[in-house]
Order: sequence, then structure tokens, then C-alpha cells
Amino acid sequence: MSALSIQLDPQGRLRHFLTVEGLTRRHLTDILDTAESLHGVAERRVKKLPTLHGKTVVNLFFEASTRTRTTFELAAKRLSADVLTLNIATSSAVKGESLLDTLRNIEAMQCDMFVVRHQQSGAAEFIARHVKPHIAVLNAGDGRHAHPTQAMLDVFTIRRHKPDFPNLRVAIVGDILHSRVARSLIHALSILGTGDLRVIAPRTLLPTQVENLGVQVFHRLREGLRDVDVVVMLRLQRERMEGALLPSEQEFFQQYGLTEERLALAHPDAMVMHPGPINRGVEIDSRVADGPRSVILEQVTNGIAVRMAIMSITLGYQARSAGEDA
Amino acid sequence: MRIVIQGGRVIDPTHRTDRVADLFIADDKIAGLGQAPAGFIPEQVIDARRQVVCPGLIDLCARLREPGQEYKATIASETAAAAGGGITTLVCPPDTDPPIDEPAVIEWIRRRAKAAGQARVLALGALTHRLRGERLAEMAALKESGCVGVSDGGRPIVNTRVLRRALEYAATFNLTVFLTPVDPELGHGLAHEGQVATRMGLPGVPAAAETGMIARDLELVRDLGVRVHFGRLSSARSVELIARARAEGLPVSADVAVHSLHLTDMDLVGFDSRCHVRPPLRGLRDKDALRAGLASGALSAICSDHQPHEPDAKQAPFGDTEPGISGLDTLLSLSLHLAQAGVLPLMTVIERLTCGPAQILGLDRGHLGVGATADVCIFDAEMEGLLESAYLRSRGQNSPFIGWVLPGQVTHTLLEGRVVYQRTRPGKVSLAL
Repeated sequence: MSALSIQLDPQGRLRHFLTVEGLTRRHLTDILDTAESLHGVAERRVKKLPTLHGKTVVNLFFEASTRTRTTFELAAKRLSADVLTLNIATSSAVKGESLLDTLRNIEAMQCDMFVVRHQQSGAAEFIARHVKPHIAVLNAGDGRHAHPTQAMLDVFTIRRHKPDFPNLRVAIVGDILHSRVARSLIHALSILGTGDLRVIAPRTLLPTQVENLGVQVFHRLREGLRDVDVVVMLRLQRERMEGALLPSEQEFFQQYGLTEERLALAHPDAMVMHPGPINRGVEIDSRVADGPRSVILEQVTNGIAVRMAIMSITLGYQARSAGEDA
Repeated sequence: MRIVIQGGRVIDPTHRTDRVADLFIADDKIAGLGQAPAGFIPEQVIDARRQVVCPGLIDLCARLREPGQEYKATIASETAAAAGGGITTLVCPPDTDPPIDEPAVIEWIRRRAKAAGQARVLALGALTHRLRGERLAEMAALKESGCVGVSDGGRPIVNTRVLRRALEYAATFNLTVFLTPVDPELGHGLAHEGQVATRMGLPGVPAAAETGMIARDLELVRDLGVRVHFGRLSSARSVELIARARAEGLPVSADVAVHSLHLTDMDLVGFDSRCHVRPPLRGLRDKDALRAGLASGALSAICSDHQPHEPDAKQAPFGDTEPGISGLDTLLSLSLHLAQAGVLPLMTVIERLTCGPAQILGLDRGHLGVGATADVCIFDAEMEGLLESAYLRSRGQNSPFIGWVLPGQVTHTLLEGRVVYQRTRPGKVSLAL
């Protein structure tokens, strides 16, 4: 049984959101359309909808996070849910409690949704298999495997600027090997029919047979960036230097860092994205990160609407939240 | 006790026997085949019509979890599972807690196995003290107390100088060295490096983690002429290296874990922790090459690589689970599956489970010649059944083969002329195992 079969109900509706892989274009456009209708909520005087009133959302973060955790919290609150955030990296896991025990205890508090981040690939799926049937599980990042809500906010942001996916050229640059963002984004863009999908990285930062995911592989930034409409820069974690994957930050920046000069190789109105947090001067130059092509902060804003949409859909409130309340 | 096993199809690869005949046992020895010895009056008759009678199986790698991890399994629980699976001899690697690096531990294991009385348990002694790969274990003393070989117990010896000396010292005492080839740095991962690992975001283990070590070890063997056995090969290229070394006449042999003959990395999809094993399940091409290696003789033995776990050990996200499959219950059935599928002749399957491993151990076992120890397995090769967890006798229920329909049902197991297992519910045809 794969993640696909567990995250869909017998009617093919999303009951968990664990991975983008294997979903249909319809699933994705439903999420994007719902997010679009929820996008205006933040501009209203009262930034709240009653959709998840009386529901309890628990953020289970086994790995540190600021952006993802806070946007999930805000998304739940704007849907009027009660929200509890547990940073388990620093609590019971250290005391040796097993993941299942932690789960059972929180389940006993009558929750409706778990938002899970964990350092192990497959953790969200594991939890989805073991929770009570009425609980929805959202994957907020599992190991190197998937970060599906990030992928959805990325394609949401792209669609707002460049909705014509078949004629779109997208390049993902940097540490593909360790990146759950890259894997999920590749799946999402493929499902939406993106015409030209590229990854750009040295061989040490590319997983084996990455081309089988449906991407063109480039090792040189200059070649890979040519004429692209979207550049997605990935975060390079500093500890990768010690793993003999790269000689130095300086050399990485020289070879793969996004500067204004290099961005000029892309399409004139190419947009620059980054899942954050950014390392200025490692993968991206400050002038690009803060420049007019950058949509990095817009991604953060969009993250809230997209997560509101996914929360509504997995708890079965798709149509109502989209239409009547917004 | 005098027993006659009547009317079975006797398959004894050592003597190239495959015919319907009566097998006569007197006390703990085989007394005759076909013709009763003079004056033989049986005290017990076992009806083996329509069944196969073969030597008791010899399993080169079974972790019994004792001493040290009795919460997973015990010598008593696992030898009972072995008997139910037609296995009469188990070889236990030295990575127990404490490790088998002093005679007292071997003696202790022997006593426990004897008390259980279900299967013969042989121990591999440590190659290095505490299995740390730093200084040599007291191999001479271990040999005197009965170890059948020496081993790193799944931990590679990184320091080539230490390994070379350990090989030389072991050879001094005529001990075979059992190595499990894996480069500790390259081997640090969760799945076969390939498309499946890439999609699932699991850190990959390249085949070179295994082949690199085999190549290094073969060069040492070439220099020193010592006897080395490689355990649990997982890749096509490893089979090639061993086949070539054997063709050259190097004193090396190798085995394969039975699960590697049936599963591939595709079975990890869904993050099935029951398929978390070390070395990892590799690709289809590797699986086919391992099967071909058994047919050609490059691989001399099939083992269970038995690793029973308590349920909690497998109830976690994939990377947080412990590797290993509980394999004693399914060793024979999964091997017979290969014969049924036409991959190997039945004779070869039995050879790789009996005299093949016996030869590696340098033991006069695994055959049914007159005067041999009467270790016998009787099974119905045709009968198929659905494997359900209730039929696993091992304490470890961690088998990915639950739900498979498998051939082969053991009806009797004899250890030294004594019936240690007899199927009690002959009416229940569907319960194959």
C-alpha cells in the first residue's frame, strides 16, 4: 500500500496530505482554486473564517522550524480552529517515549488534525497509518522525502504570475539530494504539465537517477538558467560542507550562487523563489533576494492561504469555505 | 530408538540420490537406505509417502538474540522455530551481548541449546576482541571450545592491517573466516541507491559499498591463501567477483539471504519497515543475478539471515526501525518457491540448504550416508498455503512474507535420530507452514 492509497478516501478525495506524488491535476487545481478564494481573508478587517470552528489542530514538530510552523498555526487560527504546537524535538522524544506512544497520548486529547514534521522520510505516512480514522494528517516535511504544502504554495505563487504551465521553464538550483522541497515541487510541476523542468547542481548534490523524475539535469548554472521563467533556489545547509559534498561555501557561491549577472541569462521577467530560510551569499546574493524579481516574501504570505485550503479540504470543507465565506 | 521413514522421495545431494526408498535410522545415525540393515526391527514407523525426505537444513546465519536481547527472542524459542522449519543446525554470529569472544559464552550457548534440545546451535567466534576491529580475539581458545569459524558479526574490519593479521592468525588454527562485506561509510544508508531511494528520499547504499570490500578482501585472500566465506551478498557485481575468484581457485565461498532472492527495493514502497534489511534489498537485476549465482554454484548456500524483533522495533518511521527479517519459519518454503518457479532444480535447492553450508563449515553433516548423524527433514513439497502470522513459530513476527502463498510443509524434523518436530494438525491443509 502506497502513500497514494492511504491519503485518498474511496471516492478519491484527500483525507490526508502526505505527498504530491501520484495525485491528479484535479487534486492540485482544487487546492490552488480554494487557496485563491481564501487569499483575500488576510486583507479583511477580521482575518477569520468559521470553517474549522470547534476543531483542534495539533502541530507535531519533531524537527525545528519557524516559518512552516508559524504559517500552519496562522492558517489554522484564521479558520477558527484551536491550535496546539508541540516541539517534540525538545520534549518527550528525548525522554525515550516512542512515536506511537506520543501519538496515542495526543490522540487521547480529542484532536482532528495532526500537522507533522519529522527528520525521517516516511514519518507522516507512518503516523497516518496509525492514527484514528477521523484524524487528518498533513505532512509538513518528512526527511528528504516530501514537503507537499511547500510545493503547493510554490506552484500557487507561480500560477499567480505565470499561469501557463505547459509553456513554463523552471529551474531548481542547489542541494537537490537532501531536499524534500525539490522532490515535491518536481512532482507538482510535472502533474501541472510544466513544459521544461530542470535541476542544476553538482553531481554530489543530485540523487541517483534524478532524471527519472522527469527533469533535465544541468551541472552548470549558466547553461541551466538560459531562458527560464522561474528560478527556485534551495537552501544549502552549512553542515553539508563537512560531509565532503562541497569544498567550500565560497566555491559553491562562485559556481551555483544566484547573482544579478547570472539571473540576466534567464527570461527578462523571470521570477526568483526560495523556500527559506535563505543563506545570503551562499546560494543567493542579497541584491537578488531583495530585488524586484524576488517573490520570496510573497511565498510566505501565500503559504498561509494554501495551508488554509489544504486544511479545509482534508477535513471535508472544500466547497463551503471556498464559496460562501470568502 | 530405531525408526524407519517409509516410502518417501529421498533426496540426498551429496550422494546424488533422488529416489523413493525407505530410510532406516538406528539411535542417532543413518543405518541404511532402501534395504533394511540385518536384524533391523523398527520401533517407530514414519509414513513419508508423497513426501520428500532430505538432510536436516543447515542455516549459516541466524540470530537467536541470546545472550543479551532476550526481549526479542531466546535460544529456546528460536530453536523451536528452526525445528518447525526443518532446520537442524543453526550458526549463530558472534554479535551477541556479551559477544562470543571468549569460551565461556560458547559454553553458555551450548548449554542453553542443549537444554532446549530442538536444534544444534553452532557458534562463530569473534575475529577481534569485542568485535571492535582493533586487536585479535583469542581464536585458539575459541576454536578449542568449539566455534566453527570466526567472524566480524556484520561489522566490517575497517583497518586493513588488522584484517590481514586476523586472517593469518585464523588460518594458523585452520579457522574459516566469515565476513559480511560492507564499507562502513558507503554502507551508511537505508535503501539501495537507485530510483526508488531517490523517490522515497531514503539515503542510498551503492552496490560499491559491498563490492569494494569484497575486492579488497579477495586481494588479501590471494596473498595469504586463507579460507574466507562471504555472507549475505546482495548485488549482481558481488556474484561476479566471487564467481571469478572461485574460478581462479581462491579458497572462497559465499551465501545469500533467502529474502534477497524474492524481494527488491520496489518492496519498500509505502515505507514498509518489514523490508528494512542490511544489506538493502536491491534491484531486479541483482535479484536475478543472485538466483543465477545459486544455479551456477558461485553461491554455495541459502541462509535465513534470521533477525527476530519485538513489535516495537518495527513500529516507527522507516529510518528509526531496526533492520532484519524473521526468517527461520520461511527458509525452506521460500527456497522451494525457487524450484517451483523453475529457477533451480529441487536437488540444487536442497543442496544449497544442506551439504552446501556443511561444506563451508567443514562439517560431515548435511547428508544421509550410512553412518551419518541422523538429522532429517521430511516435507510435503507440493502443499501450498497462505502464510499467516499465527503460523510463525519464531518469537519475531517481522516477516514481509505474511500474506504470501508458499509451497512446502514440514511434517517431521529429526535431530540426531530424535523426532523434534511433528506436524500436529495434518487435517488443516491450508496452513502450509
